[in-house]
This record gives sequence, structure tokens and C-alpha cells, in this order.
Amino acid sequence: MKPAPFAYTAPTELEGALALLREHGDEAAVLAGGQSLMPLLALRMTAPKVLVDINRIEPLRAVGHGGDGLRFGALVRHAEALRAVRDQVGPAHLLAQALPHVAHQAIRHRGTVCGSLALADPAAELPACAVCLEAEIELQGASGRRFVPADAFFEGVYATARSVDELVVGVRFPATAPGTRFGFVEVARRHGDYAILGLASWARVVDGEVADCRLVYFGADERPSVATRTARTLRGGRLDDPATRARAKECALDELTIAPDATYGEGYKRRLAGALLERVVAQWGVAG
Amino acid sequence: MSDQGFEATAAIACTVNGEPVRATVPVRQSLVDWLRHGLGLTGSHVGCEHGVCGACTVVVDGRTMRGCLLLAAQADGAVIETIEGATASGRVEALQEAFHARAALQCGFCTPGMVLTAAELLADEPSPDRPRIREALSGNYCRCTGYHAIVDAVADAAAHAVRER
Ligand SMILES: Cc1cc2nc3c(=O)[nH]c(=O)nc-3n(C[C@H](O)[C@H](O)[C@H](O)COP(=O)(O)OP(=O)(O)OC[C@H]3O[C@@H](n4cnc5c(N)ncnc54)[C@H](O)[C@@H]3O)c2cc1C
Ligand code: FES
Ligand code: FES
Repeated sequence: MKPAPFAYTAPTELEGALALLREHGDEAAVLAGGQSLMPLLALRMTAPKVLVDINRIEPLRAVGHGGDGLRFGALVRHAEALRAVRDQVGPAHLLAQALPHVAHQAIRHRGTVCGSLALADPAAELPACAVCLEAEIELQGASGRRFVPADAFFEGVYATARSVDELVVGVRFPATAPGTRFGFVEVARRHGDYAILGLASWARVVDGEVADCRLVYFGADERPSVATRTARTLRGGRLDDPATRARAKECALDELTIAPDATYGEGYKRRLAGALLERVVAQWGVAG
Repeated sequence: MSDQGFEATAAIACTVNGEPVRATVPVRQSLVDWLRHGLGLTGSHVGCEHGVCGACTVVVDGRTMRGCLLLAAQADGAVIETIEGATASGRVEALQEAFHARAALQCGFCTPGMVLTAAELLADEPSPDRPRIREALSGNYCRCTGYHAIVDAVADAAAHAVRER
């Protein structure tokens, strides 16, 4: 057995799980899909005293939707979320484009959307999508339930606004305005790997002109990067105008903070940032 | 185990390859280790033990999962199928024949995971093209074949199944 010894408990009630987190604080770890936690345990990169397995808390399985807004409870797996988005909102939605890039099918059957948000890996797809779509993370602890906007939730590498005695009980992705177009691209060595660099976006296009848009890079910095100035540069420009696109690209290269990783240098990632921008703008042109 | 009244073992009851099984498992034991060491089902292999290679692929409640990323304790109430069960039922026979015909295995270490993953793909999508087959198998490592023969075998099995229909 590879993990360091731990105590294991699988409460069936949310209150039971919250009481355990309150009691054990940072010596406890929440076990959701385990698709990140189990590897960390096997490598002994983490050694919690108590594993609080939330998989038996039935109400956390819920998928909710209204309009094209969606809510995923803490136990909604990546594969279930993808099915829900495709069936209820459509294959063009940002999450429908992004979820197939999250790991591999066998991992998507078990890993959860909320687990990916709680982990806050800077190269992960879903935190960037949550920031792009202005999702709200629902946290519950001893002192009740609170809703944190995704942009405020992600604080750094594996660091979030969640306190140790809180559980992410769900995430709410608000409905988007009718006619919103989405663009999603990432570059990875192999399908299903974490991205070297990726970009999640939406745009509202009126008569070929960008009325509004939002761009969120992932894999660039320590948390999802909102490219505010780049979006502003694109607003009011025509999709088919090469000058607008060139200006936006230049702005993105300038605006983005790039933390080089072990394998890929800053120069390469910066060039990639420009190429990804071109590609999502092209996606806006054909979508919807 | 401990000071807090937690147990070092857990009692589980589940179905494995159609048979009801009851067992007491150490809470730290992975599902695949229990299947191999507890039940002697050594068809599921253990490569990396941290989720990257896919050799430990098993079917849990109808869906492929990493056997090394689940605890045996979490199997309580689950319906589990391993390559032994899938072979006995005959549901992966066409794939196994195609792997044989195409020499899609050398050492065979990755094969059980490849076959279960490919079977799931073909059940969901009867006629995947080659890029789609590669994408579906992207989570399963093979250190011997270079993958081409495996993709050939899955494509053959798909074509065969479509002809049979
Ligand atoms: C080979 C491989 C490839 C992968 N590739 C990708 C990829 O390309 N992109 C990607 O995004 N992910 C990838 N993953 C990770 C996968 O998406 C995980 O499912 C996800 O990161 C975590 O979700 P989980 O439910 O499995 O969480 P767990 O592993 O159970 O938990 C992860 C962390 O979050 C905490 N946590 C989980 N749920 C909650 C909650 N509800 N409340 C509070 N804390 C919680 C845990 O305590 C732990 O610290 C990959 C994994 C593997 C093994
Ligand atoms: S042994 Fe489970 S993925 Fe490698
Ligand atoms: S046949 Fe040897 S690992 Fe695939």
C-alpha cells in the first residue's frame, strides 16, 4: 500500500462531513473523485490524517438547470456534467467544448467538476471556464453557506478562498445571453493532458462586430488569467478585420503574465498565447 | 487504526464479475490491489499506481475507471467487472480476436486496459474514425507496440461489429 496511513470515513450526511472537517481542520482531506487526491496520496505528496469520503452523500449528486444556466453538486462527475451540458444547453457551450479535454474518459467517469475547482491547478480547464462564465462557487461550513465568484475563489497554485472546514457543495454557471458564442482551445502534448496553455472565451457578435467578449487564459500564470485589456481591444472591432486581431494579439502578449514551467519557456508560451487568440476569434466567426 | 475510533479495515459487499463478494479490506488498499491480491483476479495490471497508465482499468457500475485511484473500501455496493468477467461473458471477444490478428500486443501488460477501454468506446460509438480511437485510448499507455496495431485492431473490431449488425 502506497499512501501513508490515514483514517477513512464516508459519512452519508452533509452535516457529518462538515463536523469532521471542523474537528480535524487541515489534518483532514476531502475525497471526492480522488483523481487528483489518490495520486497525491500514492506519491506521498500529501499525508492527511483523516480522509473524509463524500461519495455517499446523495444530495451532492444533483444536476440543476434553468435556461442555459447550470448547477453541479459536488459529486457531479466530469462525464455527467458533459452529458448534462450537451443535452440541456448544446454542444457549442464553453463547458461542452472544454470538458472533453479534461483528462481521459476513465478519469472523467470519476473525477468531479467541483473537485477540479477545489484543487485549483493553474493548468486545468475548468477553473478558467468558471472564471470566464462568472460562475459562483458554493461553500458550506459551520457558519453556513456562502457564494464566492469564481474570479475571487482562485488565489494561486492549489490555493483557493475555501477555508479548511468548508466543503465546496456545488458550482453555479449562470445562463449566458442568447446568441453568445464560445471559443475554447488548448495546446497539450497529448489529448487529455493538462494544457501547456489554453484559452476559454465567449463573445457576443452583432453584424460581424464584437459587441462584448471575455478571454481567460490557463496555464499562463498561477491562476486563471483574465485578459481584460485584450477583450477591450477587441470590443467594437470587426471579426474579419485583420488589424483589430493584430492589435488584440499584441495586447495579449503584453498583458499576460507568464510563469514559465519546467518544460516550456516564456517565449514559447507567449507566442502560443497569440496563436490561441487567433484561433478562438476564428471560432467566434463560425459558431452559432 | 486509531486514537479517534476509526477502523483500519472496512467491511465491503459488492458484485465482482457477477458473483456477490463480501470482504474485509484495509482502508488504504486500492481497488485494483484488492482485486488482484484479495480475489486473485490478476488480469487487471498495476503499472504506475497513480492514474497515468490505464493498466488497472476496471468497469465500475458500468463505466471504465482507474482501479488504482479507487479504494477497495469505496467498492461497497458497487458492481465491478474485470477483464476476466468481460472475457467470460464474451462481450470483448471480437476485440480480443482483432488484437490477436493484428498483433496489437507484445508483452500484453496494457492489453486488459486497452480492451476494456476500446469496448466502452465501441459501445458508445460503433464507428469511430482513427483520430477518435486514438483520443479514446489516450489514457492508456503501451510501451511495446507503438499504438498503430492497437488502433488497427479497434478499427477492425468496429468494422466487424457493424458488418454483423
Ligand atoms: C492522468 C490524469 C490526467 C489528468 N488530466 C487532467 C487535465 O487535463 N485537466 C484537469 O483539469 N484535470 C486533469 N486531471 C485531474 C482530474 O480532472 C481530477 O478529477 C480533478 O482535478 C479533481 O477532481 P476529483 O473529484 O477527482 O477530486 P479529488 O482528487 O477527490 O480532490 C482533489 C482536491 O480537491 C479537494 N476537494 C475535492 N472535492 C472537494 C469539495 N467538494 N470540497 C472541498 N474540497 C474538495 C480534495 O481534498 C483534494 O485536495 C487528471 C488526472 C489524472 C489522473
Ligand atoms: S496503475 Fe492505475 S493508471 Fe497506472
Ligand atoms: S503490449 Fe507491452 S505495454 Fe502494450
